[in-house]
Amino acid sequence: MAENKGILVYGELTEGKLAAITTELLGCGRKLAGELNEELSCLLVSDSIGEAGKEAIAFGADKVYTAEDPSLKQYQVESYLQVIDRLVKDTAPRIVLFGQTAAGRDLAPHIAFKAETCLSTDCLDLSIDPETKLLLQTRPVYGGNAQATFVSELLPQIATIRSKAMSPLEQDDSRPGEVIPTKVEIDTSAIKVKVVETVKEEISGIKLEDAPAIVCGGRGIGSAEPFNTSLKELAELLHGAVGASRPPADNGWVSEAMHIGLTGKIVAPDIYFAVAISGASQHIAGCSGAKHIIAINKDPEANIFKEAELGVVGKYEEVIPALTGKLKELLSS
Amino acid sequence: MPNMIVCCKQVPDPEAPPSLFKVDSAANKMVIASDVKPVIGQYDEFALEAALRIKGKQGGKITVLSLGNKIARDVIKKSLAVGADELILLEDEAFEESDSWATAYALAAAIKKVGEYDVIFCGRQSSDWDAGQVGIGIAEILGIPAVTLARKVEFSDGSVKIDRVIPDGYETVDVAPPVLITVTSELGALRYPALKGIMAAGKKQPIVYKPADIGLESSQVGAAGRHINLSKLFQPVKEAKCEIIEGENGEEAGVNLALRLREAKLL
Repeated sequence: MAENKGILVYGELTEGKLAAITTELLGCGRKLAGELNEELSCLLVSDSIGEAGKEAIAFGADKVYTAEDPSLKQYQVESYLQVIDRLVKDTAPRIVLFGQTAAGRDLAPHIAFKAETCLSTDCLDLSIDPETKLLLQTRPVYGGNAQATFVSELLPQIATIRSKAMSPLEQDDSRPGEVIPTKVEIDTSAIKVKVVETVKEEISGIKLEDAPAIVCGGRGIGSAEPFNTSLKELAELLHGAVGASRPPADNGWVSEAMHIGLTGKIVAPDIYFAVAISGASQHIAGCSGAKHIIAINKDPEANIFKEAELGVVGKYEEVIPALTGKLKELLSS
Repeated sequence: MPNMIVCCKQVPDPEAPPSLFKVDSAANKMVIASDVKPVIGQYDEFALEAALRIKGKQGGKITVLSLGNKIARDVIKKSLAVGADELILLEDEAFEESDSWATAYALAAAIKKVGEYDVIFCGRQSSDWDAGQVGIGIAEILGIPAVTLARKVEFSDGSVKIDRVIPDGYETVDVAPPVLITVTSELGALRYPALKGIMAAGKKQPIVYKPADIGLESSQVGAAGRHINLSKLFQPVKEAKCEIIEGENGEEAGVNLALRLREAKLL
C-alpha cells in the first residue's frame, strides 16, 4: 500500500470566493502540516472556480486541485463524492479535513465509510501526536456537556471542523503554490438522487453569521410576536440580527433559518443577548464563540448565567424595552 | 406498500440539566446521574414519525431496530405503542462500546437479515455522542443512496420524494427505493401513543439478536469492532464569572444594564 502523506482540505466556495470555513480549515491544516513536515493541499469543486485556487494558496495551501465542470454547478452528494473519492484514492493523503457544513457533514462520513475507516465530526481542536503522528481529534459530546479526544490508527484520518473553531492565516498573495486542474469524469449512471427543486427561505436583514450583535430568544419568549417586536427593536438598534434557540424554531414561532445551536447555525458575534434562554449545552454549542454573552432570564438558577459575562434576573418583557430605550438614548448622545 | 426500517438508539435524556452529566476521567467514561431517564434519541423519534406518516397514508410495515445492551423495554417499546409493527433488538454485552463504524456495521448486517426494505430511516445524529455518521455508514455498507436532513418524506410507487434542509431553505429530491434517509427536527415531533397502542405493545415481545444471529463474530462488534478509540474524555472548566446587574424591578435592571454595557464599552 502506498504511504499516506500530506493533508487534504475539502474547500467550499461562496459566490465564487473561498468560504470563510475553508480559510479556517487551511489555517488549521497549515499548522498540522508544519507539525508533520508534510504538504497541505486543497480540493475545490465547482462549475466555475475562477481565482479561488490562488486564494487558497494565499491562505496556506501548497497545492490546489481544481475540479471544474458544468455538471458540478449545484452541490449533489453523489457527483461530488465521485470527484472527492477519486482524488483521495489518487493522492493518498494522511489526513482529510472537511468543514462541519451542510456539504461537509454529508460528504465526510461517505468518504470515511468508503475508505473503511472512521471520522470525528464537528471537531473543535486537532493536533498531531508527536510520537505516533496520529491525529488527535477533539469534539464535543453529549450535546456539549463534555469533550472527547479520539484517535484512530486507520488512514486516511478524517475530521470535520466546526465553523469559527479555527483561525485563518493572514491572506498572503505572495505565497508560492501550484494550482492543478483535474479531469472530471462523472459516472451519471451512479447518480440516484435527483434534485427537483431548491427553495430559498430568506430572512430579511443582516445574516446571523455576519451580524456583529445578536438578540436571541428562547422557549421563555412564549410566542412568535416578541421576535418581531421587542427583540427585533433591540437588534435593529445594534445593527444586528434576531436569532432563536431550538424550541422557538420547533414551535414554528420563527423560521428554522434563525435557529442557533448544535444543529442550527454557529455564530460568533461581538455581543450576544440570550433572552429567556435556559442555556442547554446544545444551544451554547452555537453561540460559545461570541465575544460577550449577556443573559436575561427570570430564573436565577438558569444555566445561561454560567456562560454569560453580564446578566439580569428578571422578566424579559420588562427588561428588554427598558434596555432598548436607555441604549437608544446613550448611543445617540 | 413500503417496507420501512427505523433505527432507534436509547440515550440518557438529552434535555436533562447539564449538571447531571459528569465525567470520570480516570475511567474515561460519562457518569450520568440516575435521575436522568433513558429515552429514545430525539432525532430517532423524528425518524420514527416520518415512517408513521407514510404508513398512515400508504400502509406498509415498520420494523424498529435498536442496538445496545440492557435496553429498557418500557423505553424502546414506545416505538410499538405509536404504531411500529416489529421490534428487533441487537442486544448483547458484546455490542457495548460500539463506535459509529461498529454500530453501522451491525445495523447493516441486521438489515440484510431482515431482507426486504424500501426505506431505512435514521435520526440525523444520536442524542448522546452527536456524531451523525451511522445513517450514512449503513447506506455505504448496503450500497444504497443516502439522503440526509429530511424534513418531509413522501412515498409513492417506485419513488421517494424528500424535502431536505439546506442552508437558508430546502431542496426537494427524488430517489427510487431502496434509500436511507436521515431525519431532522423540522419534520415534527413523534405522536403520542394511544392507550390501545400501549396495551398492544405491552403484549408484544421484541426479537433479540446476538452477534452470531446476524452473522458477525464478536471481534466485529462493540469495543472490538471499533475503528476509532476514545483517548480522553473531559469537561472544560468554566469559571462562573457572571456579573448580575440589579434593579428594583425589571425596568430598572434594564436601564442599569444599558449603563453597564456603555461603561464596559461593550456597545
